Amino acid sequence: MSNAMRTPAGAINVERYQGAVAEGRFRRLWNANAPGYLFLLPWLVGFFGLTLGPALISLYLSFTDFDMLQSPRWVGMANYVRIATADPKFSAAMHVTLTYVVFSVPFKLTFALLVAMALNRGLRGLSIYRAIFYLPSLLGGSVAIAVLWRQLFASDGLVNAALSHFGIEGPSWISHPSYSIYTLVALSVWQFGSPMIIFLAGLRQIPQDMYEAASLDGASKFRQFYKITLPLLTPVIFFNAVVQTIDAFKAFTPAFIISGGTGGPINSTLFYTLYLYQEAFGNFRMGYASALAWILVLIIAIFTAFSFLTSRYWVHYDD
Amino acid sequence: MTEMTASVTAARPPSDITKRSLPTSLIIHALLIAASLLMLYPLLWMVSASVRPENEIFSSTSFIPSSIDFASYARGWVGLDVSFGRFFWNSLVISLLVVMGNVIACSLTAFAFARLRFVGRNFWFAIMLGTLMIPYHVTLIPQYVLFLNLGWVNTILPLVVPKFLASDAFFIFLMVQFFRGIPRELDEAAMMDGCSAWRIYWKIMLPLSLPVLATAAIFSFIWTWDDFFGPLIYLNDMNTYTIQLGLRTFVDSTSASDWGGLFAMSTLTLVPVFFFFLFFQRLLIEGIATTGMKR
Repeated sequence: MSNAMRTPAGAINVERYQGAVAEGRFRRLWNANAPGYLFLLPWLVGFFGLTLGPALISLYLSFTDFDMLQSPRWVGMANYVRIATADPKFSAAMHVTLTYVVFSVPFKLTFALLVAMALNRGLRGLSIYRAIFYLPSLLGGSVAIAVLWRQLFASDGLVNAALSHFGIEGPSWISHPSYSIYTLVALSVWQFGSPMIIFLAGLRQIPQDMYEAASLDGASKFRQFYKITLPLLTPVIFFNAVVQTIDAFKAFTPAFIISGGTGGPINSTLFYTLYLYQEAFGNFRMGYASALAWILVLIIAIFTAFSFLTSRYWVHYDD
Repeated sequence: MTEMTASVTAARPPSDITKRSLPTSLIIHALLIAASLLMLYPLLWMVSASVRPENEIFSSTSFIPSSIDFASYARGWVGLDVSFGRFFWNSLVISLLVVMGNVIACSLTAFAFARLRFVGRNFWFAIMLGTLMIPYHVTLIPQYVLFLNLGWVNTILPLVVPKFLASDAFFIFLMVQFFRGIPRELDEAAMMDGCSAWRIYWKIMLPLSLPVLATAAIFSFIWTWDDFFGPLIYLNDMNTYTIQLGLRTFVDSTSASDWGGLFAMSTLTLVPVFFFFLFFQRLLIEGIATTGMKR
């Protein structure tokens, strides 16, 4: 009996109805899957045609010399070797980008967290403050803001005019190679709005009775921050840190506008992506630029993997 | 009885407001107001610089102009060979098409992932999430070669067509999250009644998903409006320039000579984004808070 039950219903008449069953099975398979794949069709075309295909081609191009006029010429590892050993502009770009990441991300996140904490717990006028602090983030990517920033930190700009009230004569921040990168760091920190909103959402998740219990036990505000807020917020801090860092590696527009596309003065604002753009669309070294792109991917991947590996030692997940 | 509970809840002040004493909250408000002014100062200064007489722009750090004068706008508008009206039109066309593409293509994709069963669904979903991580630099050059060979450079197609192929995985993810929150009973009942997948998508899912569609639309618009890199690469003819490219050309060509015009045009480019912000602030902020968006 049990054996008979395990036999597939269609198997009994296999010989006689083989064709019909196969057709029925195909139809069933088709009916079950076709709608899904039909809905997925635009994305699938895009994925193969605009993401996977180009990514593979770009990997191939990174091992070639390619100027768009002649077909790509295989050069093996030469592009990568030159990047690693004999390209001062690459090291300059790396240095600029890392400086930018190391200074902008921590400051931005610290401001975001401080403001979020000030805004938390039903402060009056919360939504107005939140809107004001978020506005620069929303406008920040545009050319207009980069133009404004260039003026702010020019030698006769607003910042120096403000400093002169205190009797300080500021340098020309934008055209001074030691300061220019920090004007861009300031621009990034000014846009702390979106991590702030994510922090606010995270702070909302922390149960209020934890603070009440801690207060009853006589824990100071600072201790409450250190022992409750910070540990419970680590998943959000982690998320913000990873997202902001990856974003900082990809920064382009402000550096392009402020330096007029050159990355100057003396390569001091030569962001990695700006250098990549110059190589690809200024010098038409498409093979070399592809290698630069893959190095960027590698750096971002290593950073992300490293963050996730270390996260288990400091990120507190509620089980 | 209900009145009593109501009065009890009303009498008890919301616990979180009492957390801070009056002096503490005064200090916090003072600090926040100071910080707000500092944040907004550059923007306010730019707007006021755009309406003040040219000779007054750099003479004061205050943002109240002595007289209001729109000459800078008139000058800036025709400051290049092609007028800013053209750039605005180009930007508007591209942004609206991108909004359409993202809303249509991403919602179709998200519906498949969130609601339909098919072989390989989890596999493709994982791939889709993976594409979120890939920086666009990797696909940039082959895509450029492809579009160049198709003769699409100097047209809006490279900026628009990919969006109709759901190339913005972020919005797919956003919509999948939202679709999953819609009760399954709705489409199961509809399926029992013999409703096709398409009708469920069109008649049930989309009408119930207006908030997420609006969020995706607004962000698509703002990001496309602000995009500089895409137009920089694909548009070389000034007649095809977007507003961001126009502004950049204006910076390069006028440099120090016409700051008033530059600030006037800069202000104008921010106006649409600012209005979206004003009217859809809550939607934007919720979108960021729930998904952790980058900007």
